[in-house]
Amino acid sequence: MASIDYPLERPKVQEREFSFSEALYSWVATVDHKRLGLMYIVSALIFFVVAGIMATVIRAQLAFPNGHVVGPDTFNRLFTMHGTTMVFLVGMPMVAGFSNYLVPLMIGARDMAFPRLNAFGFWIFLFGGLLLYFSYIGGSGLSGTGSAPDVGWFAYAPLTSRAFSRGSSTDYWAIGVLVAGFGSIASAINVIATTACMRCPGMTLSRMPMFVWVMLVDSWMIVLVLPPLSAGQIMLLLDRYLGAHFFDTQAGGSAILWQHIFWIFGHPEVYILIFPAFAILSEVIPVFSRKPLFGRPAMVGAIVAIGFISMGVWAHHMFAVGMTAWSNTFFAAASMLVGIPTGIKIFNWTATMYGGKLRLDTPLLFCLGFLLQFLVAGLTGIMLAVAPFDWQLHDSYFVVAHFHFTLIGGLIFGLFAGMYYWFPKATGRLLSDKLGKWHFWLLCIGFNMTFIPLHFAGLLGMPRRIYTYMPGRGWESWNLVASIGVIFQIAGILCFVWNVLRSAKRGEVAGDDPWDGWTLEWATSSPPPEYNFEKLPVVRSSRPLWDLKHPQDPDWKYE
Amino acid sequence: MHALFVLLLQVQVPGVPEKRITNIFKPLAGPASEEKTIAVLTLAITGVIFVVVGALITYTIWRFRRKPGDDSQQEPPQVYGSNQIEVAWTVIPILIVFVLIGVSARVIASVENASPPKSMLKATIIGHQWWWEVHYPDYGIATANEIHVPVAGKEKTATYLQLQSQDVIHSFWVPQLAGKWDLVPNRTNYMWIDPQEPGVYLGNCAEYCGTQHANMLLRVIAQPKAEFQAWAASEQKPAVDNPQLTGAKAAFESLSCINCHTIKGTRALGKFGPDLTHLMSRQTLAAGMLTNTRDNLRAWVDDPQAIKPGSLMPSFKLNDKELDQVVAYLESLK
Amino acid sequence: MADLNVPIDALTMEREWKQPDRGTVGIIFLIITESSLFAIFVATYLIYIGKSLTGPYPKDVLDVPILATICLLSSSLTVYFAEHALAHGRLAAFKAWWLVTIALGLEFLTATGLEWKKLITEDHLTIRTNLFGSTFYSLVGLHASHVIVGMCFLLLVLFVTLFGFPIETQLRRVKFLSWYWHFVDAVWVIVFTVVYIIGR
Repeated sequence: MASIDYPLERPKVQEREFSFSEALYSWVATVDHKRLGLMYIVSALIFFVVAGIMATVIRAQLAFPNGHVVGPDTFNRLFTMHGTTMVFLVGMPMVAGFSNYLVPLMIGARDMAFPRLNAFGFWIFLFGGLLLYFSYIGGSGLSGTGSAPDVGWFAYAPLTSRAFSRGSSTDYWAIGVLVAGFGSIASAINVIATTACMRCPGMTLSRMPMFVWVMLVDSWMIVLVLPPLSAGQIMLLLDRYLGAHFFDTQAGGSAILWQHIFWIFGHPEVYILIFPAFAILSEVIPVFSRKPLFGRPAMVGAIVAIGFISMGVWAHHMFAVGMTAWSNTFFAAASMLVGIPTGIKIFNWTATMYGGKLRLDTPLLFCLGFLLQFLVAGLTGIMLAVAPFDWQLHDSYFVVAHFHFTLIGGLIFGLFAGMYYWFPKATGRLLSDKLGKWHFWLLCIGFNMTFIPLHFAGLLGMPRRIYTYMPGRGWESWNLVASIGVIFQIAGILCFVWNVLRSAKRGEVAGDDPWDGWTLEWATSSPPPEYNFEKLPVVRSSRPLWDLKHPQDPDWKYE
Repeated sequence: MHALFVLLLQVQVPGVPEKRITNIFKPLAGPASEEKTIAVLTLAITGVIFVVVGALITYTIWRFRRKPGDDSQQEPPQVYGSNQIEVAWTVIPILIVFVLIGVSARVIASVENASPPKSMLKATIIGHQWWWEVHYPDYGIATANEIHVPVAGKEKTATYLQLQSQDVIHSFWVPQLAGKWDLVPNRTNYMWIDPQEPGVYLGNCAEYCGTQHANMLLRVIAQPKAEFQAWAASEQKPAVDNPQLTGAKAAFESLSCINCHTIKGTRALGKFGPDLTHLMSRQTLAAGMLTNTRDNLRAWVDDPQAIKPGSLMPSFKLNDKELDQVVAYLESLK
Repeated sequence: MADLNVPIDALTMEREWKQPDRGTVGIIFLIITESSLFAIFVATYLIYIGKSLTGPYPKDVLDVPILATICLLSSSLTVYFAEHALAHGRLAAFKAWWLVTIALGLEFLTATGLEWKKLITEDHLTIRTNLFGSTFYSLVGLHASHVIVGMCFLLLVLFVTLFGFPIETQLRRVKFLSWYWHFVDAVWVIVFTVVYIIGR
């Protein structure tokens, strides 16, 4: 091992026309982590558009009191499918997609630990998602009632029992999500095994990129908390098909048990969803500030702490079900504790920028949007954790606004930052920065216009999941403004779609390292060859490419 | 911050007196007041954090943005971290969190563990898809959707609500009186309210409970003690038996209405729908959807599905004569 | 980018580069995720002890399956012996121990089957009878389904070995299978304690 040449020699891509069937076969049969990662991300984006259309109809219905755009049944299906889709068919595949594409590249590996398991995970996820949507056309079942699920994304018992949910709609929800969950578990085990066993020489855990660290903790959480959801869904299906009584209150079963099982999964789940955004910010902010991540050990500690604490906070979704004062106090306290490591992360990202030279390109803009919006989300989260305050806020539009601030203002903004950042790596071409800025500003204005007013609607007593409301309760103006905001959001998303379609073909050629990055994925070609690296790299610090670019002042001297 | 919130919330809406907008920052009962106090404290603390951190982030962005003419080759000093600073911004949030935990614990205990005062009224609320069944066990009264309670007054009378559900989970939420509390099947929850002023307090079911969750509306009617007693005395009586309406009553009793509805003192003993004994003493129909007028009542009896699609009351396709008789009879139930 | 060549001393590894085997990590996390699944079913069982509104109740109908438990737990030992024999190249001993393991597993499954038959036909306890029935069949059934999956793999190994496949080349995979089998046995210890000791 006398020398290693960076950037690695890249092979000449053979220019040959592939027929459509050859191309299709090569994608369907692939076990390449990059292709699977892209397929995850693309299918998540398609589901994102579908869920967005549903959200648009929801906002159209609620724009004015006594709305008549859709009827109650359709509306209930819309918000159920919107929530289920966003969580299980957008958020989860984004976790899998980003970690699949980037983890092997960042740790200098040629593929994931289990490439075939990886392909299995993707296809089973897609099958689960399509099965869920099949409910729209095939859901009537033999009994001729029902279509898409209409029980809400957390499907509280006993609304899901045969007595209150006839037909097959709830079964589609349970089976579709259960099956998609297997895919998530498969992909999470794969990420863990990959980071544990496939790191290139010299990449100790302390030198692993922050992105990989966050995805590792994320995968740990998936492995631990997805099975409780599966268990709950199995019980639900036993109830519905075999007549078991798990959630049958008539037979002494408990409606609260479902809530416990669901939220043991459900609360860690929202952290699972937001972690990819944390991961992306931890890569994009340093590169665009031209400084290393501030307080790396604290950032690793914080992410692990969030992972741990998030497993002990689930019942803060249940402050109003009548738990004892002691339980309510415990879960309120635990929920507030999450704020501490989350605060550390926000402070450290800010400190990373402090003293840097901020390149305000689109990826960083989305990160900055994330920081400010996630700050709001975190603080409204603290309000919800204060149990007595939550008795008022719970299940109101304030909660809706809060979690859209975390998941749209936070997660989706973070994911867009990631897409602008790594698009050149995946396609070899840059996304247009000009269109990107339009995308950012339109989405940012539209998002805030929609969701800031909804906080106030909630404070004025508007409960969530209502398909209509009467005039005269002070909710009209807030709802109207919120619905107008949607128009800006749609415009922003259209900019993004157009940007992707245009840039994939005619964008500016990116080269290997358009952002002057520091992690290993920038050391190979764009797009990377199937085997990623011709020679496995050797690293001595958490910023191997910094070391190469600044041989007089490398990072490893300070470790 | 609090001032800002209050300012933003003072949007006057015609129809409902400003005081009756279900604003959680305008509490008119004990639990809601305690919750408002802690809400204001929380808002103040989080507001300060928002301003400080938001300003810090904004300043950082502004101060360190790359300006035209910057030497792009020159990298800024590489700073890896600072233990002192990191300890500081770990310890301060810890202190804030402990303050909030302490305050929360106190309010949780005071609302949940409050011992019932001597002068109290008991009411049982049973949630149904999509209406509220209301019982006053001490008075033997059954009614629906509108909960009459005495105003707290000098004796500090409170009403204790025993919450149950007949089918799925519902949630009792009248924002100006108290935070929400769930009605869970196979379980009994308790909460209390003590309205400070007479009047109508609006609320909703706050837990998604199926098709017509949106129209499971709720009103609490607070009355001075004497007025409440008068109302209760009138409700305790059996249904009015107007001799002029014998035909209409017979027509009603011959229809399937009686399978689901109770009218005390008649053959109608159904338990599935709301008790109609004193239907005309209520302000609304269909769980708060309609004002209780003759036209609305007729339209509702004629075709409930047209008004509240999915409602468990079917349309019986009554002909005009039957409809007139049923409505005439129901209208007599003062 | 001409000066991207790293000085040679920077590339000397500080220490030998060793990482765990990916199969090992994979199987460990499979076991962790399965444990999480079982934990919910076990917790549900515990929560619903004594909550059935109607009989039959556990103490009336459940017999402690001592023989089956001994069989299953000792199969953990025999599978270890088999693996050990294979590691030392004693193929005949491997086959013998492997066969014993399969026999013990079958005995356990048979005992479970007979127990269920008795419960269903004589005691009229099915999954829809009461909460006890729901939780009992789901928890014991979930465990039994894992035993069946384990049996399938044990039989697979047996057949390929009997047909002359050089199983000694697959020592690593045999080891993973034995871990899975140990896990299934460990879960039984918990299920047994919860169902037949605490729950009775």
